[in-house]
Amino acid sequence: MHDFALSLKPGALTVITGPSGCGKTTLLRMIAGLDKDFTGSIALPAHARLAMVFQEPSLLPWRNVEQNVRIAAPAASADTIDQLFAMLDLNVHRTHYPGELSLGLARRVALARAFAIEPDILLLDEPFVSLDAALAQRLRDEFMALLDKRPVTSLLVTHDLAEAAKLADDICVLSGRPARLISELELELPRAVRTKEDIDGTRVRLAELLAGGEPGIFNPVVHARAQ
Amino acid sequence: MPQVISLALFLALWQAGSLLGSDRLLPPPLEVALLVWAEALSGALFVNLGATLARVISAFVIAMALGVLIGYAMGRSERFNKFSDPWLIIGLNLPALVVIVLAYIWMGLVEAAAILAVALNKIPNTTVTLREGTRALDRNLDDIATVFRMDRWTRLRHIVLPQLGPYIAAASRSGLSLIWKIVLVVELLGRPNGVGFEIGTAFQLFDVARILAYAFSFIAVMLVIELLLVQRLERYVYRWRPKRA
Repeated sequence: MHDFALSLKPGALTVITGPSGCGKTTLLRMIAGLDKDFTGSIALPAHARLAMVFQEPSLLPWRNVEQNVRIAAPAASADTIDQLFAMLDLNVHRTHYPGELSLGLARRVALARAFAIEPDILLLDEPFVSLDAALAQRLRDEFMALLDKRPVTSLLVTHDLAEAAKLADDICVLSGRPARLISELELELPRAVRTKEDIDGTRVRLAELLAGGEPGIFNPVVHARAQ
Repeated sequence: MPQVISLALFLALWQAGSLLGSDRLLPPPLEVALLVWAEALSGALFVNLGATLARVISAFVIAMALGVLIGYAMGRSERFNKFSDPWLIIGLNLPALVVIVLAYIWMGLVEAAAILAVALNKIPNTTVTLREGTRALDRNLDDIATVFRMDRWTRLRHIVLPQLGPYIAAASRSGLSLIWKIVLVVELLGRPNGVGFEIGTAFQLFDVARILAYAFSFIAVMLVIELLLVQRLERYVYRWRPKRA
């Protein structure tokens, strides 16, 4: 990455999109504190609770679904967990082990785990990739419902432009390696009221930006600190 | 049923061997059994078995504890690994007999020397196994632990130990079987009791019945430990794995 600066609006979902290999996952890992090999600074509020949903659900195979969530969120109340399990349709799977779950279910558990700690910042790395279209759509809807219920400052990485158009409040478009911020898009229409046309329109704009075809917007330098 | 047939065949071959060969070289099963009984009645059997078992357990605990710790450290830290590797290689290749003899010479013919010598023989193997297990730890799960700010105890209990479980089980299995064989040697060389000591005395008296009596008694003890402890431990360690159809 090169000369990259990003600011997250509190309570909003910022999506980072760009071609494969441009460093989106690395950026998330840096923010999460997993990757320390960079020059620059990441400013997070003190004592911010961070949660992350990885591309690989990475559940503990030797603990069941309920234990997986409780181990990550020991302070969560039984109520919170019950509500999460209800919203994500996981109640019937509470005692199942990750080895028995499909990818979609495992991703749901990873989502439940992330929301269970009631995070201040939520990072998601392609959480809906490799699922069949119907299931991915369902999961996105459930994710939107969770965000609705309790807004969290979130950063989601995806290469799926339609997904970005559907979910995001803000979109950061990155170029290929070394990644530069091509453009930042603010979507003013709330998620819940976007129609298919709105989403398609945004998607087309994103595609144009990625292809570099949008005149007048070329490598803006956005100086801001992460809130 | 197959086990019973196998056992019966074994006893039959033994009896035949003792009849066909010399019954001084191979006493028949009944003679050995009677000797076991006699030793049990006099209490000598339990004193010796007890002494040997105590040494096995002590050496096992020490060897496992140190082997797991050092192996884990070597797996986690490349610097520590580079520093310790030469020692490990020496340890792996040092003959058991040399360690035992030097321990007795430097510390005297004492219990501590015996147990230390046995433990030192097992530690390198355990270290190698645990080092591999540590290297195989899933980094993704480490990341989860970091992001969700899990404390050391949680990490150990829910992330590290379940992954190291199979390696610890493997090291325990091979460790136990190696340790009790070496314990017999240290007893023969420098202890006043135990199965190894009895076998040493029997050797000098050419008392084959005695050798077999103690050998089989101890094998029986180790089999009981294997069935009651080790297999139960293995089942527990692997309980979350999906069962094969």
